[in-house]
Amino acid sequence: MSKFESTNGVSRRSALQISAAGGMVATGLGGVQWAMAQDKPKLGATWPEGSQGDTVYLGAAVPLTGTYAVQGADELKGMELAIEHINTNHELMKALAPKVNSGVNGKKVKLLSADSAAKPNQALQVSQTFIAQNKIIAMTGSTSSAVAVAMNKFAQREKIIYMAAISGSNDTTGKDCVRYGFRQGVYGEMTANAIGPILVKQFGKNRKAAFMTPDYTYGHTTTESVNNYLTKEGGWKMVTNQVSPLGTQDFSQYLTNIANSGAEFLINVNWGRDAVLSSQQAKQFGLIPKMTLVLPYQIPFIAKEAGVDITHGVYAATDFWWTLEDKYPLAKMFVESFHKKYGYRPEWGAENGYVSFAHWARMVTEAGSFYPPDVIKQWEKGETIPSLLGDVHYRPEDHQCVRPVIIVRGKEKKDMKNDEDFWDIVEIVDGAKVIQKPDAFGCKLGDYT
Amino acid sequence: MINTANFLSQLFNGLVLGALLALISSGLTIIYGTLGVLNLAHGALFMLGGYAGWLAFEYSHSFILAVAAGALFVMVVGVIMEQVIIKHFYSRPDEDQLLVTFGLSIVFAELIRYFFGSLSKKVPPPDIFGGITNMGFMVYPTYRLALLGIIAVALLVLYWVLYRTRIGMIVRAGIEDSVAVDSLGINVYKVFTLVFGIGAMAAGFSGIVYSPVVAMSPDSGDAILVQTFVVVVIGGVGSFPGAILGGLIAGEIISLTSMVNPAYSMIMLFVAMTLVLVFRPRGLMGSIGRT
Repeated sequence: MSKFESTNGVSRRSALQISAAGGMVATGLGGVQWAMAQDKPKLGATWPEGSQGDTVYLGAAVPLTGTYAVQGADELKGMELAIEHINTNHELMKALAPKVNSGVNGKKVKLLSADSAAKPNQALQVSQTFIAQNKIIAMTGSTSSAVAVAMNKFAQREKIIYMAAISGSNDTTGKDCVRYGFRQGVYGEMTANAIGPILVKQFGKNRKAAFMTPDYTYGHTTTESVNNYLTKEGGWKMVTNQVSPLGTQDFSQYLTNIANSGAEFLINVNWGRDAVLSSQQAKQFGLIPKMTLVLPYQIPFIAKEAGVDITHGVYAATDFWWTLEDKYPLAKMFVESFHKKYGYRPEWGAENGYVSFAHWARMVTEAGSFYPPDVIKQWEKGETIPSLLGDVHYRPEDHQCVRPVIIVRGKEKKDMKNDEDFWDIVEIVDGAKVIQKPDAFGCKLGDYT
Repeated sequence: MINTANFLSQLFNGLVLGALLALISSGLTIIYGTLGVLNLAHGALFMLGGYAGWLAFEYSHSFILAVAAGALFVMVVGVIMEQVIIKHFYSRPDEDQLLVTFGLSIVFAELIRYFFGSLSKKVPPPDIFGGITNMGFMVYPTYRLALLGIIAVALLVLYWVLYRTRIGMIVRAGIEDSVAVDSLGINVYKVFTLVFGIGAMAAGFSGIVYSPVVAMSPDSGDAILVQTFVVVVIGGVGSFPGAILGGLIAGEIISLTSMVNPAYSMIMLFVAMTLVLVFRPRGLMGSIGRT
């Protein structure tokens, strides 16, 4: 199940370290490292060892099995493409991180990946292996906020930078935020504030909604955010909230409760295969189209898996949809490059993986250092930087990227221009207008060293 | 939200879920009862049935052919599994059997992932069973209603084979005393291969008939396996009627608990299993088991 791309990197690096000891001062780069070694003593598990060879390693624990397997595989492809572009000076990568030069800070970048199955303990185990064997200097993973929260704590302890991949919980950069964790993607509160006004405008006030919630931090915080918005701003009422475990197959009991609740809307917070199966079964039970389905935080490719007969007319909030290429030139470059390599158009996960790595490369090269506090401080300058969807910035207070939220509506089959043309872009919502105050969810970042 | 309509609806839901669990568990329990093998690949065989049926449907667009293909393919897989691997493990310790069948379940899931990716696949219900039926106290997917009948027929056929045919008689005699049956000139081991095939087929058949309800993915077997084992433990390991009783009890516990609080449905299922293990270690209808 696990795929370790390189296991002999350590011995090669050891050999390089020995030879570098003699020749280091002779080169400019070596001189810099020598100076760093003086005023930047050993820190955590992989500084400075992880930055001393000719290659630096990034570790990705992504779900390749289980409920989020489809999204994890897509995410990993985005990451792999980013690494390829970093090492080969691709023009898209140069646009996002101009100082990338056949790698970062004079070193090639290599990605190590393995299956997390969206389970926190498995993600930690995998990452621990990457640290022990390859001295990774940055980590990513998640696609489950339970993993992201666990990895946050692990990153802070090990003093290794962690970029959450898809993670929708308010807690990831809220109460569970850490100095060493960063998040590029959107999450529950942002999407609630972005899709909420559109729902109230479209469907009116004082409506009755049934929620379906996966039973972990992402599900609970997103349901709370969406419900808060609709209750306060639209007078909507939550008539039932059906909480199911991650990986549920048969939703019949939950759907039966919803059928008896008198709801007019089915707000499905489930994600990944849970969203696919629950939506399909809601249709089987006749709840769709009797109730209006809403997907407040959604994988756009649910349409590919669940069928357009379920998603047409459905409002959903997401991070990225490939037709944004019509508006953003960098998105177009990304979609074309990805499509050429993998044969399909990239999903949200791929975009998230790609941009997270591009932003990491930018910070490392701008800082001119791998020393974690230097890189973190570069990030915390909060500079306006490019993304695939225009300029964005990371908030220094909670390490959350302030970026657009995309609201889409499902197309009918007859309106699809190709077999992946599932959604119309309804609105591109300015992230700054829908993000909560940095301290609203109790973020306290912790120490640099 | 507990009212009569919801109670009746959930009671009915429990019946359908329970019937499915009973059918899958019957295969598991036949194999254990006859061969003494705890087959952890049983869930993966369920998933394989779903995929084989889906593939057949893609080419034939026939639900009947899909069901036949799903069931027969998994039966063949079961026979090959038994001949090539499992028969070498009959006299090995239980943990060896568990490990080898667990390993096989991973191999099956990864092979499917390799060939078909992780996107879930489903067979649509036949047109005659499409849509929704109004049952008075609730509306219910017609196919789920039909599924109840399909499973009942399948269980009756299995019962008939095991209890009313010569093969069934040999199987049951073989469980009691394989040496005596062997001395009568009957090749017990050939019968055992067939039993493994039939047990596997029950899983494969369940997978394909369940596919219109829950789309199949490479990991579908994992989730169902746990519930299947709980059913077998409640009903009594090795007992065919026990699998049916256990399945129905499990289905009702899951459904009725979810009426009060869905988060507790699986917990209540395990509570029930624990109670059975404490007060009746061999399960409700088991003749073999822990004492």
